Amino acid sequence: MCLAIPAQIVEIIDENSAKVALGSVTKEVTVTLIEEPQVGEYILIHAGFALNRIDPEEAQKTLELFDSIDLTEHLGKLA
Amino acid sequence: MKYVSEFRDKDRFNKLLQQIEQEADPSRDYHFMEFCGGHTHAIFRYGIAQRLPKHVEMVHGPGCPVCVMPSGRIDQAIALAHDPRVILCSYGDMLRVPGSGRNSLLKAKGEGADVRMVYSVMDALAIAEQNPEREVVFFAIGFETTTPPTALAIKTAQQRELKNFSVLCNHLLTPPAIRHILESPEVRELGTVSIDGFLGPSHVSTIIGCQPYQYFVEEYQKPVVVTGFEPVDLLQGILMLIRQHNQGIFEVENQYRRGVTELGNVKAQMLMAECFEMRTRFNWRGLGDIPYSALRIRSEFAEFDAELRFSLEEPVSREHKACQCGAILRGVKKPKDCKIFGKACTPETPVGPCMVSSEGACSAYYHFGPIEVQVVEK
Repeated sequence: MCLAIPAQIVEIIDENSAKVALGSVTKEVTVTLIEEPQVGEYILIHAGFALNRIDPEEAQKTLELFDSIDLTEHLGKLA
Repeated sequence: MKYVSEFRDKDRFNKLLQQIEQEADPSRDYHFMEFCGGHTHAIFRYGIAQRLPKHVEMVHGPGCPVCVMPSGRIDQAIALAHDPRVILCSYGDMLRVPGSGRNSLLKAKGEGADVRMVYSVMDALAIAEQNPEREVVFFAIGFETTTPPTALAIKTAQQRELKNFSVLCNHLLTPPAIRHILESPEVRELGTVSIDGFLGPSHVSTIIGCQPYQYFVEEYQKPVVVTGFEPVDLLQGILMLIRQHNQGIFEVENQYRRGVTELGNVKAQMLMAECFEMRTRFNWRGLGDIPYSALRIRSEFAEFDAELRFSLEEPVSREHKACQCGAILRGVKKPKDCKIFGKACTPETPVGPCMVSSEGACSAYYHFGPIEVQVVEK
């Protein structure tokens, strides 16, 4: 019910609506809840509404954190 | 797809699983509740429940608005749909959920009622504009994720002076439900449900932010990690809870930093506050009456409140006697403890809502219990 999907803004129609690309599909969504949406940004879409924008820097940091996990770091700590 | 596939990466997934095995102390048990039905679904779909170490158990919470809607509220929608003046618009999630007996909105549609499935509440608004001679009622359900769109629809209806649009408001609030679970006798006294921490819902939190969870950390000394819905997100969230538990600390952490901020979407919160106020109580399926846990439409927008427009009374719910959804929603029982699970109650012939909703624990067990969907390859 509360699953939103990330989609990229491809066109701003007016202050309340924009076109987003979901893979190869384009869809019009309501962007009233977003402050100053811009073409190229990724937003979270749920039931035809953009809930929030996705922060690309934070996404990158999260991925880097996954990739930096050092399995040896905690070995022996629980002994 | 960007922001999806990299969070379903097999190597990252396996590495995190290894890390969890390394860090989960074999001398203790871990019981974490995933509040949100979206998490429940993902935990089964990606085979996470089966792959976690035996002593790391996920307890499924009540965060599925479809599952916690009492049958009386569905009966209200069905009764409205049977009114020949009315076009009843609903999200698809609610169409097959049984009310009292075996009635549902889908059955009502089969009997001739004008029930229409909408993707967005704005579609219901458009239907009202296209059918000025009919009464269009939107069956509004959901937690904080779906509430701002409903608020926007009500405000738009007011601006456009639509006289034939109203909302049957059943919006729910996440924090009171979590508090209710923590204060339930099963958790507090009986010890039948042990909860060492919560995975916080990510998309609800895009709206409400991380701040509301601070209360649980301070009051109940339980860690909360706001966590995304992709498999790699989930494993990282679980790992963060394990680390907090190992260190004996209780903090609100945000795993889903790419979409959730401390304060959430303030614009959406202001819209909600403008259109809705708290109900003093709301009856949840399986959890009973929870004070200040749901929203109703403010008097300034009374003309768009279907409860007032159609003089609806407080509904009475009669749940199926054999159905164990209530106990399952509280985390007290598992689907396999229900006598009718997989027999009289299946996704094709659902008796209880947890089998209807793809986010219900029963549906997740039925579809993915013994099998799993592979995580995407790089």
